[in-house]
Formats: sequence, C-alpha cells, structure tokens
Amino acid sequence: MNRFDYVRPSTVAEAVQALGSDPAARFIAGGTNLIDLMKYDVERPGKLIDITRLPLAEIEERDGGLRIGALVTNATLAYDARIRERYPLLADAILAGASAQLRNAASTGGNLLQRTRCYYFYDTATPCNKREPGSGCSAIGGVNRIHAILGTSGHCIATHPSDMCVALAALEAVVQVSGPQGDRAIPFAEFHRLPGDEPSRDTNLAAGEIIVAIDLPAKGFAGHHTYLKLRDRLSYAFALVSVAAALELDGQTIRTARLALGGVAHKPWRNTQAEALLQGKPATRETFKAAADLILREAKPQSTNGFKIELARRAIVRGLEQAAAGTPQSQSDKRIQ
Amino acid sequence: MLIDSGSPGAVGTIGITLTINGERRELQVAPWTTLLDLLRERLDLTGTKKGCDHGQCGACTVLVNGTRINSCLTLAVMKDGAEITTVEGLAGLTQREGKNSLHPIQEAFVEHDAFQCGYCTPGQLCSSVGLMNEGYAKTRDEIREAMSGNICRCGAYTNIVDAIEEVMHQGDAR
Ligand SMILES: Cc1cc2nc3c(=O)[nH]c(=O)nc-3n(C[C@H](O)[C@H](O)[C@H](O)COP(=O)(O)OP(=O)(O)OC[C@H]3O[C@@H](n4cnc5c(N)ncnc54)[C@H](O)[C@@H]3O)c2cc1C
Ligand code: SF4
Ligand code: FES
Ligand code: FES
Repeated sequence: MNRFDYVRPSTVAEAVQALGSDPAARFIAGGTNLIDLMKYDVERPGKLIDITRLPLAEIEERDGGLRIGALVTNATLAYDARIRERYPLLADAILAGASAQLRNAASTGGNLLQRTRCYYFYDTATPCNKREPGSGCSAIGGVNRIHAILGTSGHCIATHPSDMCVALAALEAVVQVSGPQGDRAIPFAEFHRLPGDEPSRDTNLAAGEIIVAIDLPAKGFAGHHTYLKLRDRLSYAFALVSVAAALELDGQTIRTARLALGGVAHKPWRNTQAEALLQGKPATRETFKAAADLILREAKPQSTNGFKIELARRAIVRGLEQAAAGTPQSQSDKRIQ
Repeated sequence: MLIDSGSPGAVGTIGITLTINGERRELQVAPWTTLLDLLRERLDLTGTKKGCDHGQCGACTVLVNGTRINSCLTLAVMKDGAEITTVEGLAGLTQREGKNSLHPIQEAFVEHDAFQCGYCTPGQLCSSVGLMNEGYAKTRDEIREAMSGNICRCGAYTNIVDAIEEVMHQGDAR
C-alpha cells in the first residue's frame, strides 16, 4: 500500500472541501473495496478522507418511501424491519452478496461505487482501459468467463459486481449527491454508465461529489418479487447472472413489471421495452420467455462466456415465475424452486 | 475537521485510542496500517490470522464493538475509539461474567472437533460470537449461510455448525 495523508471530517461540507478538486484524494467508508484495491496498487490515493463519522447513517421515512443514508451498512439495511417488510427485494439482494463480515463493514454509498472484479483490472501487469485509459482491454479475447454479454464496447467488457444495485435499479431508487456545485438527485438508471469509449468512468458522479443518501420510492413490490443469483459456489461469490424481478398482478394479469439483471453488463441491466411487453399479459411461462428473448436479442458472447446467454434466459424466466407465484428465492436454503 | 494527519507530503502518525480485549491503549499509528497488521505486528496479538489479506477467507475476523468484520480490510485509524475483541479476548468475555473458563463457543469447538489444523479457527470463533450477537441466524441453513465468510481448508464445516448450534441453544453466548 502506498503512503497517504489521512483526514477525518465531521460534516459533509468539510468532506466535500477536503476532496476539493484533488484527483488523488478518495473518500473511504467501509474500506472493503478501496483498501483491497490499494493493496494491489490499483488505487494509490494521495489522501484518504474517512467519512465514517459523517451524520449519514440513518434510515428515514420520506414521501411514503425511505431515505437511506450513505453510511448505513449493508447489514443494517438488509435487516431493518421497514426494509424487510416493504422492500424485501432489496434485503434479499444484499444478503445474496459478499459475507456477513463484509456486509457489516460495507456502506450503501460504497456499494454503489465498488469497482469491477475483472481479473485484468486487478492485475497492474496487464493492459486495461478502465485502470489505464488507452492501454487496451486484456479481457477481450482473454479470460472473460465472468464478463458482460450486454452493452459492451470494443474498449471494455467488464461487469458491475453489485447485487444491491440490481435491486435498487428495479426499485427505481434515486441517488442523492452533494458537491461543490450544490446538491442534486440522480435517477438510478442514470447513475452507472456503459463503458463506451470511456470505461475508466463507472458512474456519472461528477468530480468532487459525495453520495449522501439513496431514496426508495413508495412502491416496494413486497407481494411479488425475487432475487435470484447464480454463481460458481452457493455463497460468498459474485454473480455470474442475477435477476431482480418485481411484479404487480391483477389476478393472473401483470399490471406492472420491473426486471433488472446483474452480472451481465457494466451496470444493472434494465430493458424497459421488455417490461412494457410484460404489462397487461398473463403471468405465464410463455410471456416470461418472450420478455427474456427480447432482452437477450442484443446479447453478444465473448470467447468464453457464451453460456451466460442461456443462463440469463432461464434465470429471467425462473425469476419471473418465482415473483408471480409469490415465492421469492430463499437466501439461506439455496434450492431453486 | 476531527483529525488531520498534516500537510500533504509530510505524512505523520496519528494518535488513536482502542480498547483491545478490555484493555485501553493509546497508540500512534501510520494511517496505512490495517487493523490486522496492528494487532499482529505491533501488539503481538497473533491469534488473529492473515489468510488472504483481501477479505476472501475470514481468518482475520475480529469483533469491533461486538460486530464481526474482516480486520484486513479496515485501517486501524478508522477504528479510533472502538472496542476490539480478538480470539485472545473471548475467554475474557466469559470471565467478565464471573466464570473462569473458556468462552462457551471455544468449549464447543473442542467438544465437537470443529477444527483440524486450526488456522481458520480464531476467525471462525470470532465470527460465531458475532453471529450470535447479531441474532438473525437460527436454523442450520441460516447458520451455514451466515458463516460462509469463513473458509476452512480442512473442511471442518459440519462440526463448526454443530458447535454453534449447541451454544446457541444453551443461550448463554455473549
Ligand atoms: C471477498 C469479497 C466478496 C464480495 N462479494 C460481493 C458480492 O457477492 N456481491 C456484492 O454486491 N458485493 C460483494 N463485495 C463487494 C462489497 O459489497 C463492496 O466492497 C462494498 O459494498 C463497498 O462498500 P464500502 O463502504 O466498503 O466501500 P469503500 O471501499 O469504502 O469505497 C468504495 C469506493 O466508493 C467511494 N465512496 C464510498 N462512499 C462514498 C460516498 N458516500 N460518496 C462518494 N464516494 C464514496 C470510495 O472513495 C471508493 O472509491 C465483495 C467484496 C469482497 C472483498
Ligand atoms: S474488461 Fe474493462 S476492466 Fe477488464 S481488462 Fe478490459 S478494460 Fe479493463
Ligand atoms: S485475511 Fe482478512 S479475509 Fe482473509
Ligand atoms: S481447521 Fe484447518 S483451515 Fe479450518
């Protein structure tokens, strides 16, 4: 780990000021991603701004929904009674990720900003456009079993590794940020970016901005939801493919559908056309297959991740079936019903 | 600003206070010292193990204010003011309650043969206490899932779950 300066502000204004326009300064919250990257020399901050003492660790009622402070830990959030009752999809997605120890340390804001698990991104001896713009992408034509099948570019095929964010995308959360230009709200769909020709930028957070909270809208889809995560081992592993599905039904007819995929793209993947296709249709396997086909029509395999296309297709169908039946995937008993 | 290590370039150490296994300690630490390295390299508390140093194995699990975390992925300076319990302090938790014995989870690990080489054991023990403090995992499936952050290369998993189940049902874990 390189040497760095350390400051511990007590207010958001002080934190934003401490970051200023210094490109080598970083906020640190749980530290579970940043310290890991620092140990690999992928991150070499000149200054760390410890934000753990900022007053951002509350979950509050707001406009019929909830405002989650950026420092609420992943564990606190997943076990909060209001989240479990009103937003069980979010609780389940969080519990599907990492380990109990990591969730105890990890923060809501940090989870959104965690970086890709692409092997080459972590290995400073190899070219990687995300780590070192212009150096090339080692994953294209390399080892890319865990990489993206949707929304890739010729510059980067990395995925965003978060589980929590997949649920937040389906729930249409809003990210509240604060910066030198004041405060602003970023809809979740616009928060993370596709790689395009600038893969070094994961999100649309501007330089100098801090995440202060995540807002959940009133609608929580508590009746019909699931988080289905498929991975190489049953726990403590990142998703190969995951599905957050949320439905509102009138009898057997779909009134509203939300569907977001993890492990397949540079951001939680939503396809509003597929959601529109589901609307007004009977909640049957045929309907779900049609939605899956629509989503995966644009899927593009890399040299060793072609299996993800069929895996995603089946996960979407199964996820929608679980949601429609009101039998969400258990995050402790891993049998898939 | 609560703390400032000084102007860029002239990086110094920072004074912090930690209560480690019941003992209050004033320490000067470099900001890049992880809690794990502070415990092992500076304080000779080598019970806590370094397996991967990247959050992937759980050997470094300690309790911070009663909550289990990976000490390899946290900086010591960030825990200023906290109460830390390592495997060396688990028996002390029991002794605080007036008993002169190992922590019940330690007794249960011995009873159930919940280790072979023992390398993962300090982390497994602290993680088990953390799990019981949390109070969410009840069934065997839930215990298994909630212990997935602790890898055991010897594969003592079944016996570890047995040990935790037993202590949980005694209900006298701290
Ligand atoms: C072994 C392992 C397995 C894991 N498995 C999973 C998994 O299966 N699923 C999953 O979803 N995740 C998984 N994770 C990732 C984990 O969820 C993230 O590391 C964690 O959520 C990051 O949060 P943090 O608070 O620790 O972030 P930090 O490491 O503190 O910060 C991460 C980044 O966010 C920035 N930042 C933090 N807070 C703010 C803020 N409020 N405003 C602006 N910038 C901020 C930091 O500057 C840094 O760049 C795993 C991690 C490990 C180590
Ligand atoms: S996929 Fe993205 S992160 Fe991975 S090597 Fe290519 S550019 Fe880097
Ligand atoms: S040493 Fe910390 S998790 Fe492996
Ligand atoms: S007892 Fe050997 S690693 Fe667990």
